[in-house]
Amino acid sequence: MNLAAGRPRGRSGRGIYRMDDAVPLFRMEGISKRYGGVHALDKADLVVHAGRVHAILGENGAGKSTLIKIMSGVVAPDEGRMLLDGQAVSFADPAAANAAGIACIFQELSLIPDLSVADNIVISNPPTRFGMIDRKAQQAIAMAALERAGGGDIHPMELVKNLPLSRRQIVEIAKALARKPRVLILDEATSALTAADVETVFGVLRRLRSEGIALLYISHRMHEIAELADDCTVFRNGRKIATYPAGSKTDDEVVELMIGREYNSVFPPKADNVDRVATPVLEARNLSWMQRLNGVSLTARAGEVVGLGGLDGQGQRELLLALFGVLRGVSGDVLIDGEKRIINGPRAAKAEGIGMALIPEDRKTEGLMLPMSVRDNLSFAAMSRVSRGGIVDRRAESTAIDRMMKLLAIKAASPSIPVASLSGGNQQKVVIAKWLMVEPRIILLNDPTRGIDVGTKQEIYALLRQLAAEGAAIILYSTDYDELIGCCDRVLVLYDGAVKRELVGSDITEHALIASALNIDHQEAVA
Amino acid sequence: MIGLRYRFAEQRGMLLALAIFILMFTLYVANHPAGFTPNVVQTAANKGVLLALVAMAQTFVVLTAGIDLSVGMIFILANCLASYLLVGTPVSVALGVSGVLLTGLACGAVNGLLVIYGRLQPIVITIATGAVFFGIALWIRPYPGSADGFSSDLADALTGKVFGVFPASLLFLIVLVLVVWVPFRRSVVGRAVYAVGSSEPAAYMSGVPVKRAKFTAYVLSGLFAAMGGLFMTFFTYSGEASLANGNTYTLSSIAAVVLGGVSLFGGRGSAIGAIFGALAFRAIGDLLFVFDFDPLWQPLFQGVVLLLAVSLGAARLFQVRNRLDLFT
Repeated sequence: MNLAAGRPRGRSGRGIYRMDDAVPLFRMEGISKRYGGVHALDKADLVVHAGRVHAILGENGAGKSTLIKIMSGVVAPDEGRMLLDGQAVSFADPAAANAAGIACIFQELSLIPDLSVADNIVISNPPTRFGMIDRKAQQAIAMAALERAGGGDIHPMELVKNLPLSRRQIVEIAKALARKPRVLILDEATSALTAADVETVFGVLRRLRSEGIALLYISHRMHEIAELADDCTVFRNGRKIATYPAGSKTDDEVVELMIGREYNSVFPPKADNVDRVATPVLEARNLSWMQRLNGVSLTARAGEVVGLGGLDGQGQRELLLALFGVLRGVSGDVLIDGEKRIINGPRAAKAEGIGMALIPEDRKTEGLMLPMSVRDNLSFAAMSRVSRGGIVDRRAESTAIDRMMKLLAIKAASPSIPVASLSGGNQQKVVIAKWLMVEPRIILLNDPTRGIDVGTKQEIYALLRQLAAEGAAIILYSTDYDELIGCCDRVLVLYDGAVKRELVGSDITEHALIASALNIDHQEAVA
Repeated sequence: MIGLRYRFAEQRGMLLALAIFILMFTLYVANHPAGFTPNVVQTAANKGVLLALVAMAQTFVVLTAGIDLSVGMIFILANCLASYLLVGTPVSVALGVSGVLLTGLACGAVNGLLVIYGRLQPIVITIATGAVFFGIALWIRPYPGSADGFSSDLADALTGKVFGVFPASLLFLIVLVLVVWVPFRRSVVGRAVYAVGSSEPAAYMSGVPVKRAKFTAYVLSGLFAAMGGLFMTFFTYSGEASLANGNTYTLSSIAAVVLGGVSLFGGRGSAIGAIFGALAFRAIGDLLFVFDFDPLWQPLFQGVVLLLAVSLGAARLFQVRNRLDLFT
């Protein structure tokens, strides 16, 4: 057995503890997978015990996704073997892995939009009677699974496509539970959840652990891992770097293992040169829309990063869409440089004189044309800048694209390869770069670092600060409190479609954010 | 019941098609010189059922987010084959019917295998196979007609009236819905067909039998198209390898499916909706005759009504307040 799979400086944690455990529930030995010339996984080992939560850490591209895909039967490994209960297993497709008791909650939700919640929950193995699906039994299974996953508020007959992202994620979890798995893999399964939902889900996971299920937990959220994990394994560049008992290393040590270099502070220093007297670049007065926005007013000045906080689904997304002109029937005014403007769509928003850009929530559908090349994707928003008389000026285009790829350090073999082949972090960089091509003065970001690794996050934070320093006004919606605290000069906490509280400078603390997000009394929050 | 709202949303497309059909058929009957008599209903039913069967065939494939441009040709092939096979004693007629249906199944199986293993777009494959099926039809029946000893007993029974009032063809269609569609809709493979049409990657990831779902859809499509061809033979007592007919049935089946609320993007709709879509489409075409228009106006009129009908289905888009929802 190859115990030296990790790099010399990485500590091979195998066998340090739980030596007594005779046969681990699941074990991977020397698993490798190559895509073209790239080693996605290089002789990786992993040991998963029943009744424990095993966290997998690593940057995007570290090999976590490939590891999961192999475990869940989506791709076959080039070499190495997998053992379940000490017996060698291999999975031809996801159905086979399912049958063996391995269920995976994928980051890219695996729900079917046109089927109902209940249909989705039982999809792998619907209950049947006389050869037909037993609707009543299905309803019962779905309700029970939803209840367990903390989604008791979701109607089992609702179509999945009508649910917001956070509810879909709960359904995804319920679906995995309904399969009664022995090994449950959660790949960024909480990334779209509100803090309250995360608590519920954690309760569920702890119960599963006590029932003897092995949980594999992949997350970029360090505090979630600290709260939940028993064991941790760090991957980097397709190799297993270290396995250690949770809590035996500091956050900084862990991040160093992940990025393989000295870890500097994640957030760049905030600037304090915002001209508070100047006319705001962007001002919104009393925006209302269909009970989702109830009179939101805000200002954003050049050089400022304004955060939007609060629980998920309090109108933050709608606010960004309203500013960008995507919503119809919005009441209230939007002022650009102090002048009232009507913005009736993205084309108007990005036009000269306004210069607004929106980095959307879902990069796969709203941000990118996945099958098209990096070059084409970058040029779409800025067509008018790289063309003359309706003809694309290839040279101007190439120059602009080269500049962007360098500025954002987009890791792509060439601008001609399809965006779909890039890692998640690089895809997100392409989305941001695409909008920077139009040189926007107002940049709206909708949770731009969801499901992105630490290294890329750090780069995006630095970039935001740089853009602000160059005079852009930035509005950042984030579900990650650390990000709001670290990035923003001001944070507007939304509750029920209205600004509940404005936090400035050193008032932006986790306590204040959470308290005002939950709409707890002001005094209490300060105390 | 709380679930009622969801049940209604599920059936909205079908109900719209039903409403259009009732409206058109009422107009038709009210202006028909003979009025609402069993004979008028029987004729309308027989013509309607022909298209309804082909529309059902189309539905199975469209639900998987595919499209089957060979249904009209399978229909023609079945028609030509039946004109030879429906001869002699009841036993040999029964064998003939089985032969025709098996041929339909085989055509569908060929389509399905090519789509699954050939990994080409269904539209391309079914254009090609459709041409082949038509070629075979033309080869076996170069001139319209029927074999000597053609037995019309079964034909008369299935295109006639039950108890002198109810059209037998309609009864047959209802039985078909109850025996094939309803179980299909509630079977695991039926669920898989919807899942594949709605999101194939998600279906695969969920361990849904993707290949079996697609194969079943194409096979059932072939079977229903052949049943349509069989009925055509019952109707005309003969077979004809008519390219124009084949194409018309293919395109009308798509129109009927859309009218019946089946989404061309897959995963949404039902064969019952498609049946009402087909009946409505036929009623629209027949309206001209009772209003004494020149028959040459029929395609134009049918096209305009189709446009209006599908626009009606899209009317809800005016209520969309988030422009992003327009694209989903």
